[in-house]
Amino acid sequence: MTEASQQTAPDAQATRNQWWDVWDQFKTHSGAMVGLVVFLIIVFGVFIGPFIWTADPQAIPSVVDMIKTRDFRPIYTALWDPSAKVSWANPLGTDNLARDNLARLMSGGRVSIAVGLTAMVLSIVLGSLIGVLAGYFKRMDGPLMRLTDLFLALPLLPLILVASLLFREPLANMFGTEGGIFVLIVSLIGITSWMQTARIVRGDVLALKEREFVLAARSIGTSDRNMITRHVLPNVMSPIMVSATLGIASAIITESALSFLGFGFPPDFPTWGRLLNDSVDRMVSYPERVIWPGTLISLTVLSVNYMGDGLRDALDPRIRGR
Amino acid sequence: MFTFTIRRLILSIPTLLFISLVIFLLLQLAPGDPMAQVPLTVPPEVKEKMRQALGLGEPIYIQYLKWLKQFFWLEPLYLIDHYLGTRLSWEWTPVSPLETAEQIARWRADGVLRETTAGLEVGSEQLRVISWQTRSPVMDIVAQRIPQTLWVVGVAYIVGILIALPIGIISAYKQYSWFDNAGTLVTMIGFSVPPFFSGVLVIVIFSVQLGWFPSIYDTTLVVNDWASFKKQLLQMFLPVMVLALQITSQISRFMRASMLDNLNQDYVRTARAKGLRERTVVMLHVLRNSMIPVITVIALGIPSIFGGAIITEQVFKVNGIGQLLITAIQANDLPMVQTLTFIFAVLIVLFNLIADVLYGVLDPRIRYD
Repeated sequence: MTEASQQTAPDAQATRNQWWDVWDQFKTHSGAMVGLVVFLIIVFGVFIGPFIWTADPQAIPSVVDMIKTRDFRPIYTALWDPSAKVSWANPLGTDNLARDNLARLMSGGRVSIAVGLTAMVLSIVLGSLIGVLAGYFKRMDGPLMRLTDLFLALPLLPLILVASLLFREPLANMFGTEGGIFVLIVSLIGITSWMQTARIVRGDVLALKEREFVLAARSIGTSDRNMITRHVLPNVMSPIMVSATLGIASAIITESALSFLGFGFPPDFPTWGRLLNDSVDRMVSYPERVIWPGTLISLTVLSVNYMGDGLRDALDPRIRGR
Repeated sequence: MFTFTIRRLILSIPTLLFISLVIFLLLQLAPGDPMAQVPLTVPPEVKEKMRQALGLGEPIYIQYLKWLKQFFWLEPLYLIDHYLGTRLSWEWTPVSPLETAEQIARWRADGVLRETTAGLEVGSEQLRVISWQTRSPVMDIVAQRIPQTLWVVGVAYIVGILIALPIGIISAYKQYSWFDNAGTLVTMIGFSVPPFFSGVLVIVIFSVQLGWFPSIYDTTLVVNDWASFKKQLLQMFLPVMVLALQITSQISRFMRASMLDNLNQDYVRTARAKGLRERTVVMLHVLRNSMIPVITVIALGIPSIFGGAIITEQVFKVNGIGQLLITAIQANDLPMVQTLTFIFAVLIVLFNLIADVLYGVLDPRIRYD
């Protein structure tokens, strides 16, 4: 939402638009501001970080070097355990193949956050499309809402697990191994998470349709297409933005859960969930390998949830200006 | 209300049929072959026969109808047979007059012979839904696994609700107090920390570092005395707490929001103006009205808990339904996956219905008829 408010900010000087008010209200929600800052730090860390910390997350040294440099502990372990194997060259240690943990965390975070954002966009587009169509065109309301109900009644996690195995091969052939799995995971999450958005948007559109400005627009002969893009969509933006924010959180969690269960990304293309899963077997000796990715997932989701909370309050006109 | 329930029940039948068809068609796309594990020395014609025995050679719609018959007709009959000792699920064929006397005597000794007006008939069990992994009936395996899931998930759900309700009530009553803020933070954490991390974290802390609880759920444990009961409690503690944290965070938020809605209503002011004690106003008037939406949320959450428990079961190695589903998917055991997924779907539809009916029963303002 901040992107939107910042983009619209310059031309909003003359006519102060509503997103400016939303931003003012958002700023007063301390939890949301902390969430925004933490989220931005994590995003910058994983996207800009690799330019500063240039270690290769995939590089496996030759056997002799690997045995020497594998299984380093994080540098801070030296504080309470002087005999720990630590090195400044690998501040967060190395894994059992001597790959740098910090670089792996950053590359994993890039994938996790990219999956979260893309899946959210897909689910929001699907949800808004179905919601607007169902709310605006009476003929499509019945079938589309039955479809929504059907999706809500499907056991989604089992089906995602099954589908992630079914379509892995064909998509990997089409887009390459990594791209194929990215497309697979993103579309699976997107296709199974649009229902709440569709329901909320449909309800709002139904209410909007009865308003005078819609009647006025109709009376001057506005086409359906213009009506939706110019009059209906801008007015249902607030619920869409709230579900978009919360959608990022649930997409990241679903992706990590898939990777954790071994149905997501392959081990050489790590995401936070995959890193966590790979480290569980040796978590007694190397708890940091579990704790770091897990904390990062939780922190990202927590900050996104707080942002969603603040956004919901900021977009609620009953609270705004209080 | 009654007609509404009946109508919804009838409407849920086509929904479930459609869902089962969707699941079936999705699974039909599966690339796996149940004959992949059969040794190469087995001749192709034998393989073809094994394939036929698993019902694979037939067209898709026949396979689907057969599965429907097995799941909706044979399995319930088999369940009745199991408990009442009847033979409803059996198939009877007339004994051919060419049969030898010894064979008939053997059948009689086995108790598979019955006498009807048409003459002697020999019976055999009809084919049930068979797992490709173990070649035993799917429902038997499910019945073995359900107690573990129900114990862990059921107890977690009850614990979660018992913690959530007081937190929600106090948070709403003392809005923006330190308790409310702490409660909000805890529920946010419960929302955000996925079970595969919180589970692993509590294992590292409580079973590895402190050694208080076992990290693996031992399903072979038989509870018959005090010591084994204590052991059962100890091994249930961690998975139950991990699940309960999630449940608490969802329900306490609903409870708080619902209480806040009601606390500002006019009837609360009236009750206070009548001079009722504050305790009576909150615990009787407000609480009862706030519970209406919360109870429906509790009902709606039950099936999703079964689904969400997949991950927790995996972390603590509880061999419940969730773990069964994961192994079945990995082993390409389509009948098992189909049945389990469909059971989840039935649970979702059923509890949706229960939630709607409960809402109507509890809230007299809502009339469906």
